[in-house]
Amino acid sequence: MTQHQPVLSGDQIATRPRGRLLLNVPAISVLFLWSIVPLCMTLWFSFRRYNLMEPTRTGFDGWGNYRYLLSDPGLGLAIWNTIFLLASILLITIGLGTLLAILFDQDFFGRGIARVLVLSPFFVMPTVSALLWKNMILHPENGLLAFLMRSVGLKPVDWFAVAPLTSIIVIVSWQWLPFAFLTLLTAVQSLDEERKEAARMDGAGAIAMFRYIIWPHLGRAVAATTMIETIFLLGIFAEIYVTSAGGPGFASTNLSFLIYRYVLMEYDIGGAAVAGLVAVLLANLLAFFLMRSFARNLDA
Amino acid sequence: MTPIELRRKTLFTLLGWAVALLLSFPLLWMVLTSFKSEAAAIARVPHLFFHPTLESFRVVQEQSNYLRFAWNSIVVSLGSTLLALLFAIPSAYTMAFSPTRRTRGTLLWMLSTKMMPSVGVLVPIYLIFRDTGLLDTRTGLLVVDAVGNLPIVIWMLYTFFKEVPREVLEAGRMDGAGPVREIYNLLLPLSLPGIVSTSLLATILAWNEAFWSLTLTAAKAAPLTAFIASFSSPQGLFYAKLSAASTMAIAPILVLGWVSQRQLVRGLTFGAVK
Repeated sequence: MTQHQPVLSGDQIATRPRGRLLLNVPAISVLFLWSIVPLCMTLWFSFRRYNLMEPTRTGFDGWGNYRYLLSDPGLGLAIWNTIFLLASILLITIGLGTLLAILFDQDFFGRGIARVLVLSPFFVMPTVSALLWKNMILHPENGLLAFLMRSVGLKPVDWFAVAPLTSIIVIVSWQWLPFAFLTLLTAVQSLDEERKEAARMDGAGAIAMFRYIIWPHLGRAVAATTMIETIFLLGIFAEIYVTSAGGPGFASTNLSFLIYRYVLMEYDIGGAAVAGLVAVLLANLLAFFLMRSFARNLDA
Repeated sequence: MTPIELRRKTLFTLLGWAVALLLSFPLLWMVLTSFKSEAAAIARVPHLFFHPTLESFRVVQEQSNYLRFAWNSIVVSLGSTLLALLFAIPSAYTMAFSPTRRTRGTLLWMLSTKMMPSVGVLVPIYLIFRDTGLLDTRTGLLVVDAVGNLPIVIWMLYTFFKEVPREVLEAGRMDGAGPVREIYNLLLPLSLPGIVSTSLLATILAWNEAFWSLTLTAAKAAPLTAFIASFSSPQGLFYAKLSAASTMAIAPILVLGWVSQRQLVRGLTFGAVK
C-alpha cells in the first residue's frame, strides 16, 4: 500500500461490518452441528429398541429404555458419584490451592523452580497419573504407601477395594490442584501491595488480613476455577477406566462410566442414549448457574 | 536483610520446598523408576541409589512400537490445533473488532457447548464414525479434538485480539485491506505471542485428551493416552517399563507446559484472571 487511496465510498464502509460477521459463520456452524445433531440422535435412540448384539430386534420402544434405566440401581449411584466427585475435588483444590497461593506469594529461595515442580502434575496425561498412583503409590503389595505402612508396623490396605471413590478423588485432585493454585496465585499477586500495607498498619493480623483483604479479592479466580474444573470434571473417565473400572460393583461408577458400560460392554444403544440425556440435563442445570455467576466476572 | 527477615525467608524456603517436593514426588519417583532394572523397581524396600539403565526404554520401543503411538499423538495434537485455529481466528477476529449486541451471548453460548459432557454425545459420534469409516483413524480423532477445543481456542484468541489497538487495523482498512489481508498482514503478526500461547494450550489439551482416544481408537490410530491405558492390565506391574513409557509420554508436553505457565491462567480463565 504505497498510496492512500479512498477505495470505499461511505455506504460501502457501512456495509462492510456485515460482511465481516460472515467470518463467524464457520465456527458457529461447526459448534451448532456438534451440539445439536448428536443430541437429536440421542433423543431419537432413547425411544428405540437398539442393541448392537441383536440387530434384528429394532423398532419404537416408547418409554421402555427410560423405564429400564430408572430401574437400574446403578443410575442413582452414578449421579451421586458424579456430583460427589466434582464437589470434593473443587473443595480440595480450591482450599489447598488458596493456601499454596499464599505460601508462594512469600519470597523464598528457589521459588521459581519450586513453583514449576508444583505445577507439573497438571500437564501429565490422565492415564499416566492414574496408573502411576494405582500401581506405584497405592498398590497393596508393591506401592510406596504399602511400604511405608509396613515399615511402621501397619497392614497395607487395598485402597481401590476399600475406598475406590476416595482414591479417585485423590488422584484427580492431585492433577487439578496445580491449576487452582496457579489461578489463585495470579490473583493473589495482582493484589495491591499498598492495600496490604495499609491493613497491616491498621494492625490486621494474618487471619484478619486473609478474611478481609485477600479472600474478597479472590472471588473472580474462584469463580473461574470452579467453572473450568466443572467443565472438565463432570466427565471424569480415564481415571476410572484405568484404575477401578467403576467398581467394586458400581461404587466408583459416574455417569460417564455408566454410559460407557452400556455402549461398549452391553452394546445397548437405547439405554446409553437415555443415560446420555441424564448427563446432558445434569450438565445444563449446573451450567445455567455457573454461567450466570461467571458471566458477571467477565469484561467481554 | 535483617536477621528476622532472613529467618522468615529461610522458614518459607523450607516450607515451600517441602510442599513442592511432596506434590511432585509421584512424578519424580516415576522418572527415577524408569531408569531402574525391573527387579530393582519392585524391591520390597525401595532403592534410592541404583545402577541406572536405559533397558526399559529400549524394551518399550521394541515390544510395543512406542514411536508409532507417539507419531499418532503428534499428528492428532498438532493437526487438531491447526484445524481449530483455522476456524477460531476469523471468528475471534469478528467478535473482537466488529462486536454487536449479540457478541457476548455468542461467546457464552460457545463456552456452554463445552459444558456438554462428551459421554452425552458418545453414542451418536460412535455410530457416525462407524458408518463413515472414521473409527480408529487419526483424522477422526483429530477432528473431534479440534471441535472439542474450539470454544476454548476462540475465547483465548478473543481476549488476546481485544488488546490489539483497533486504530492499526482501521488504518489498514482505510488502505483498502480486505478482512483476509487484514488478518494475515496485520492481526496475526501483532498478536503472535497470544496465538502462540493459544496453540500451546490447545496442543497440550489435545495431547492429554483421553475420553475420545479411549473410545474412538484401537490398534491403528491410538495415541499415547490410549497406549498408556493398555498398561492397566497386569502388564502395568512391570514398573520400570510402565515408568519408562509414561516418562516418554509426558516429557514433551511437560516442557511445553512449563514454557506456557503464565499465559495458561489467562487463557483458561478467559481473561477473567490475569
